[in-house]
Amino acid sequence: MIHSLFLVNASGDIFLEKHWKSVVSRSVCDYFFEAQERATEPENVPPVIPTPHHYLISVLRHRIYFVAVIQSEVPPLFVIEFLHRVVDTFQDYFGVCTEAAIKDNVVVVYELLEEMLDNGFPLATESNILKELIKPPTILRTMVNTITGSTNVGEQLPTGQLSVVPWRRTGVKYTNNEAYFDVVEEIDAIIDKSGSTITAEIQGVIDACVKLTGMPDLTLSFMNPRLLDDVSFHPCVRFKRWEAERILSFIPPDGNFRLLSYHVSSQNLVAIPVYVKHNISFREGSSQGRFDLTLGPKQTMGKAVEAVLVSSQLPRGVLNANLNASQGTYTFDPVTKMLTWDVGKINPQKLPSLKGTMSLQAGASKPDENPTINIQFKTQQMAISGLKVNRLDMYGEKYKPFKGIKYMTKAGKFQVRT
Amino acid sequence: MLDSNKDSLKLEAMKRIVAMIARGKNASDLFPAVVKNVACKNIEVKKLVYVYLVRYAEEQQDLALLSISTFQRGLKDPNQLIRASALRVLSSIRVTIIVPIMMLAIKEAASDMSPYVRKTAAHAIPKLYSLDPEQKDQLIEVIEKLLADKTTLVAGSVVMAFEEVCPERIDLIHKNYRKLCNLLIDVEEWGQVVIINMLTRYARTQFLNPNMNESLLEEGNDKTFYGSDDDEDEEEEEEKKSEAPMPKRKPYVMDPDHRLLLRNTKPLLQSRNAAVVMAVAQLYFHLAPKVEVGVIAKALVRLLRSHSEVQYVVLQNVASMTIKRRGMFEPYLKSFYIRSTDPTQIKVLKLEVLTNLANETNISTILREFQTYIKSMDKDFVAATIQAIGRCATNIGEVRDTCLNGLVQLLSNRDELVVAESVVVIKKLLQMQPEKHSDIIKHMAKLTDNIQVPMARASILWLIGEYCEHVPKIAPDVLRKMAKSFTNEEDIVKLQIINLAAKLYLTNSKQTKLLTQYVLNLAKYDQNYDIRDRARFIRQLIVPTEKSGALSKYAKKLFLALKPAPVLESPFKDRDHFQLGSLSHLLNAKAGGYQELPDWPEAAPDPSVRNVEVKDSVQEVRTTGEGRISLLGEWREVFTLLERVATLTSVPEWTKCSSREKRKEKKVEKPFYSDSEGESGPTESADSESDSASGSEIGSGVVGSVSGTASEESEEGSESEEEEEEEEEDEKDKKMTMKKELKKPVQESESEQSSEEEEERKHERKKSKARKSDSESESDEDEDSESESSQSESEDSESEAEVKKKKKAAQSKPPSKPVKKESKKEMSLLDLDDFEPAPSPQVTPLNSFLSNSLATDLEGLSLSDAVLSPATLSPCSALKSYELLHRIRGEGLSVEYCFSRQPFSPDANMVAVQMQFTNNATSETKNLHMEEVKLQSGMRVKEFPEIELLPAGETATAVMGIDFCDSTQAANFQLCTHTRKFFVSIQPPVGELMRPVFLTENEFKKEQGQLMGMNELSEKLTLDAECRNEHAIVQRVTAAANLSRVPCGSDRECRFAGRTVTSGSLVLATVATKEEAAAQLTVNCEKMVIGTMLVKDVLLALTQ
Repeated sequence: MIHSLFLVNASGDIFLEKHWKSVVSRSVCDYFFEAQERATEPENVPPVIPTPHHYLISVLRHRIYFVAVIQSEVPPLFVIEFLHRVVDTFQDYFGVCTEAAIKDNVVVVYELLEEMLDNGFPLATESNILKELIKPPTILRTMVNTITGSTNVGEQLPTGQLSVVPWRRTGVKYTNNEAYFDVVEEIDAIIDKSGSTITAEIQGVIDACVKLTGMPDLTLSFMNPRLLDDVSFHPCVRFKRWEAERILSFIPPDGNFRLLSYHVSSQNLVAIPVYVKHNISFREGSSQGRFDLTLGPKQTMGKAVEAVLVSSQLPRGVLNANLNASQGTYTFDPVTKMLTWDVGKINPQKLPSLKGTMSLQAGASKPDENPTINIQFKTQQMAISGLKVNRLDMYGEKYKPFKGIKYMTKAGKFQVRT
Repeated sequence: MLDSNKDSLKLEAMKRIVAMIARGKNASDLFPAVVKNVACKNIEVKKLVYVYLVRYAEEQQDLALLSISTFQRGLKDPNQLIRASALRVLSSIRVTIIVPIMMLAIKEAASDMSPYVRKTAAHAIPKLYSLDPEQKDQLIEVIEKLLADKTTLVAGSVVMAFEEVCPERIDLIHKNYRKLCNLLIDVEEWGQVVIINMLTRYARTQFLNPNMNESLLEEGNDKTFYGSDDDEDEEEEEEKKSEAPMPKRKPYVMDPDHRLLLRNTKPLLQSRNAAVVMAVAQLYFHLAPKVEVGVIAKALVRLLRSHSEVQYVVLQNVASMTIKRRGMFEPYLKSFYIRSTDPTQIKVLKLEVLTNLANETNISTILREFQTYIKSMDKDFVAATIQAIGRCATNIGEVRDTCLNGLVQLLSNRDELVVAESVVVIKKLLQMQPEKHSDIIKHMAKLTDNIQVPMARASILWLIGEYCEHVPKIAPDVLRKMAKSFTNEEDIVKLQIINLAAKLYLTNSKQTKLLTQYVLNLAKYDQNYDIRDRARFIRQLIVPTEKSGALSKYAKKLFLALKPAPVLESPFKDRDHFQLGSLSHLLNAKAGGYQELPDWPEAAPDPSVRNVEVKDSVQEVRTTGEGRISLLGEWREVFTLLERVATLTSVPEWTKCSSREKRKEKKVEKPFYSDSEGESGPTESADSESDSASGSEIGSGVVGSVSGTASEESEEGSESEEEEEEEEEDEKDKKMTMKKELKKPVQESESEQSSEEEEERKHERKKSKARKSDSESESDEDEDSESESSQSESEDSESEAEVKKKKKAAQSKPPSKPVKKESKKEMSLLDLDDFEPAPSPQVTPLNSFLSNSLATDLEGLSLSDAVLSPATLSPCSALKSYELLHRIRGEGLSVEYCFSRQPFSPDANMVAVQMQFTNNATSETKNLHMEEVKLQSGMRVKEFPEIELLPAGETATAVMGIDFCDSTQAANFQLCTHTRKFFVSIQPPVGELMRPVFLTENEFKKEQGQLMGMNELSEKLTLDAECRNEHAIVQRVTAAANLSRVPCGSDRECRFAGRTVTSGSLVLATVATKEEAAAQLTVNCEKMVIGTMLVKDVLLALTQ
C-alpha cells in the first residue's frame, strides 16, 4: 500500500516526508517535478505517475501537492481518497491546511500520520477517534502545555476504535444540547449563448453540527424524499431503513460532519434563479471590444439573490478593460486576464449591469472565442429542489435537544457561454 | 536534553528530533540517546520515540535490539490497547534478527481475546512477510486462522494481509466467503475496498459467467466456441429453443452465493468513499449480469462531482466501460459535458467518454457541444476535440459529411494548431472515400502556403500524392513550390515531398520528371540519413535504368497501391482486460503485484466448498445457501455478544447501541429461516424462498435473474418491517437497566442456537403470537398464508398449503373444496414451469413432513378466525351457469357456460369460459366448433378446440377464453355443428371481469386512499335477512364478483380486492355492517363504469 508521503509546496520544495516502510529516497520526487514542469497549469499534473520502481499518486489541495509513493498494485482511488482524507483531517485540526500551518505543527502532523496509517494501510481515519488520540492544538492548550509541560497526546487510550460506532466519541457531554442541519444545494448548470439551459443539475448536501450528550439516536425524515435521486451517506446512516422507509436513522458523530450528499435527478426541471444578458464583441481591425453584461433574478420564489460574484477569463489579446459597474466593484487582472465583478445583492427594481470597453493589443487579430462567464450566488432559506425536512426525532436520551434547520441554495459550477 | 529528568525537556527534544526527521534530515546519530527513553512514562515522549525507532531501527539494528524487551513486556499487558500498540511497533521495526520473536508475537496475538489485537496481528503479517518471505507458510496458517474470525474489525485487515502474502491461495476463502459477504457492509471503508477487490477475483474463478447466454446468442449459437461446455448447457439451449415464446426464462441459474455477493455489495454504492464506490462498480462490471450492471452508472456519475483527481480516475474507468456497455451511461450524457474551468486532462477524458457514447440518436447534440469546445482557449483541448469529431465521423456514417464540412471550415481558423489537427483528421477521413472530395483536396493544397506545422504539411502532401489523379493540375504545382522550399522543411515534410515526387513521377512523368530529379538530388545531400536513404531508394525504384529492371516494374504497384483506411479507435479499447479501478488499468500496463482477473470458468467448480460445517442440531433437509447463511449470522452474533461482554466492563456508554445494532442484524437474518413468520409479509418471503428453492432443488434452471432481483427487493422490504418492530421493542428496552439488556439477548441467542429448525419455527410463531398485540391480527397472518397457497409458486409454500389442507380436514370442509383445490394445483403448476410436466409435488402427501405438534400448534393459532377461512377458500360454492343454447333451439344440442374463474392459461388477459355441451338428440353431433366471431373493437377470443364427435346423450366440456376489454359487451359468434349453425352470444356479468388479488390490510388502505373522489362509489343498503353474518356476506360478495378477501382488523368490515382482467386496474370493495341490517357498500375502482356496475351487482346479491 502506501510507502511514503511527500508534501511538496507550490515552489517545488519537499517540506515534509514520512515513511511507513523502508525509507524511499526523496529523489523519487524528481519524476514528479518533471511531470509538473510539463504541465502548464498546476492542476494538470497527472494524478498517477509511473516511475521505474514506484508509482507516484498525488493530489493537489490548497496549493500543496500530497505525493504518495506506492510500490505495487493498489486501487488508485484508494490512495487518492485517503490523501484527501488526510487533508481534511489537517484542515479539521489546524483550521487551514497551508504550508505554514503544517510546518508549525509538524509534530502533530507526524503523530496524526502515524495513527492514520499502519504499514501503509489506513488504520484510523475518523476524525472523532483521532481527536481522542491527539488533541487538536488550540492557543489556550499550547499555552498551558508550555507552562505545565503536559502534552497534547490524549491520555486516554483509543477506545473508540473498538466500538461498533467508531465514528462517535464516547462520553460526550454538553450543557446545551443542540443539533443543527444545513441543507445546502448547489446548481450546476451550463447556459448557452441564447440563454437556454444546456444542462442543469442540483447537487445537495446536508451538513450537520450535532452537539448532543451521550449516545443519541436520531431519525430525520423528509416531506418529499422521492426527490432524492442518488444519495451517499455518512457511514452512520442505516441503509436498510432508508431503503425501506426513506428515513435517515443514525447515531451521529460528535461535532461537524456531512450526513448525506444527494443528487436531484436531471429529469426534473431545475429552476435557474438568475439570468444574464450579455453582449461581448470584438470588432475586426479595431483595437476595441465592447463589453455589456446585465444580471437579473429569475425563478427565485421571492427570495433575494445574494453574494453574486461574476468572473470571466477574458481572451489573451485583451490588454485592459474600462468598465462601469452600476453596482458593486470590478477588478481586472491584466496578467491572468481575469475579470471579476463583485455584485452583491441583486435588486430586482434596478438590475446591476457592467458596461464599457476592452482595449485589445494593437495589431492583434480579433480573438475568435468569447469568454465564458462563471457566476456565483446564494439564496438563503430556500432549497431550490424543494426538499423539506419533515421532522427530527431523538431516541436513546432523555433531554430535549435544540433543533435547527437551515436551507441554502448556491451556484455550483454555473457557467454561461457567450 | 534527552538525558534530563524532566519530561517536558525530553518532550521538547523529541519534538525537535521529529521535526528533523520530517524535513528529511538525518538524525541517526542520536539513536542511543533516544532509545534509552523507550520506557519513558510520558505517553507523548513514548510515541515520539516509537516514531524515531521505526524510522532508524533498520540502520542501527544492534542498538534497536535494546528496545525489544520493552515491547515484549507490552505484549503481555492486560490492557488490549497496550498489547496492540506494542505489537504494532514491534512489527514495524525492520530488523531481521527479531523475526522469530515477531512470529511468536503474531501467533499469540492472532488468538488474542480482543479483536483489536487480532486486527493488529493481521496488520503485522505483511510487515513480517516483507522482512522475511521465508515465513510464508507459517504466516498463511495465521491468515487462515484470522480469516475464520467473525468480527468486522478483523475482516478488512486480514484480507489485506491475504492479498499481500498469498493472493493465489483462493482455497482459503471458500469457507469464509459467505461470512465475508455478510459482514461486508459493517467493515470499515478501507477494508471494504480490499475485500471487494478480492471477492471479484474469487467470484471470477468460482461462478459461471452470468452473461454466457447473451454471448451465445450474439454469436449465433456458435457452439464450437463453448463446445467444451457440459451437456447440461446444450440441453438448456434446446430448452431455450423449445420455449421460444417465453423469452423471459433463461437457462442460466445464478449460484446463490454469486447472488449473495451482488446483493450485499449493492448498498455500498451509496458509500461516501469514492474508492468503495469504484470497487463495487468494478465488481458489478466484471460479475453482474448485463441487465444489472446499469445500477453503477448513477453512482459513478455522482463521483464526478468530487475532487479532480477522483474525477480523473473515474473518467478513465468510465471510458473503458462505455466501450463495452454504451447504453449504461447514455442517460447521463449531459453529465459529461465539459466546463471551461475543468483541467485539461479532465476535459480530454470527458471528450473520450462523449465520443464513446455518440450514436445515431445523440450525435447531433454531441456535435453541437463539440462546436462550442472548438472555440475554447485551451488549444490542447481543441486539438483533442477535433480528433474526437474525426472519430465520431468514422463511427457514424450519417454525419460524416457534416463533420467533414465542419472540419474544412476549421481550416480557415487562425490558430495553426487547430488547422494542423484538422488537416490530419481530414486526411484520415478522406482516405475512406476520396472520390467525392476532390475539392477539399484542392482547398487543402492551397493551404500549403500558410500552414507551418510540419505534421499538417506532411499530411497535405501525402493526400495530394495519394490522390493526384483527382487533382491532376494542382499536384505538379504543389511539388514545384515544395521543391523550392525543400531545404527549409522539417524531416517529416521532406520525406513526404520525396514521396509526392515519386508518385507524380509515376503518374505524370511528363510534367514532373525534372522536378523529381531536382528533389531527389536535393535529398541526396540532406543531413538526415533517413532522407538520403529514401532518396536513393526511390531513385533506384522509379527512374528506369538498365540495372534495376526487376523492381521498377512494380514501382507503380508499390507506390499507388490502395491503402486501407485507418480505423480510428478509442485508446481505451481492450483496456478492460485489466481489472477496472486498478492501477494497472489506469496506466494500461501491468503494475507490480497486479493479480490478473481470471476468465470465467467453463463449468462451475463445486459450490459445496463454501459450505461451512454446521452443528448437528441444525442439520436440515434444505440445501439452499440462505439457510446456512442465517446460521452463520447467528453464530457471529453470539460471538459478538460474548465479545461485548468482554469489552463492556470498560466502556458502558455505547453498548446500548451496539446491542441494538447486533440484534437488528440478527433480525435481518431471520426471514430466511421461518418463511411463514408472522411479521414479514408472507407472500414476499414465499417469493424469496421460491428463488432459492427452485434455484437449487428443482435444478431445472428456470429462475432467471429477473426473479432474483425481485426477491431481493422483497426481502429488503420484509427486513425493514422487522426493523420497525425492533425499533419499537427497543424503546422498551431502553428503560431496562443495562444488566438486563445484556442478559436477555444472550439467552435469546443461546436458545436459538441450540434449538432445532422445527422447534425454531414453533418458537418463532409463539413469539410472534405473543407480540401480536401491536399491529397485525391473528386472522391476518392466517389469511396471508391462505392466499399464499392459492398463488403458490414454490414448493415451500405448497407445503404450507398442505398444512392448511390438513387443518381443513379437522374442520368442516365445504363440498366444493376438492374441485377448487384441483384448480389451484393446476395454477401452481403453470406458474412453476412449463416443461416440467412431472406430477405436481402436491400429489405426494406431505403430512409426515410436519410433526403433529406443529400441526396442532397451527390449528391453535387459526382457531380465532375459523369463521373466515372457509369463506375465503371457497369463494363460490356453486359456479353459476348460464344458458348459451337451449335444447329446443339447438335441435337437441344444449350448451351451458359458466365462468370458471381460473386464469386462462394461453392468455392471462382473457376470461376463461367453461362450456358444457350436452347432446340430447338421438343422433351424434360432429365437428362442433365456432365461427364468425363478431366482437366489439379490442375484444379478442380464443376459440375452444373443435370437438369432433359428441355421441347422443353424452356431455363434453371445453374452455374458451374471451378478452372482454373490461366491458360487459357481449361476444357474438356462431356455434357450428356438421349440419347447422347457431348464433349465440356470451355476455359477462361485471363480477367476472376481474380476478382476485391478494392485498394486505395496509396495502388495501393505501390503494383505497389513492382511489378517492370520482373513483369511489358508496351505497347504503339493508342486508337480507339470511345475510347478516360475516360469513354470508363474504359468500355472497365473492359469488357475485371474482374478488378475494382482504384481511381486516375489525369484524364489522369485510374487504375484497381484485383486478380487472384486461387492464389490471384495481377493484376494491368494502362492506361495512352497522347496527341491525344496515350496511354500507363502498367500491373503489379506477374504471368508473365497472365500479357502478359492480355496486349494482353486489347490492343485488346482498339484499336479496
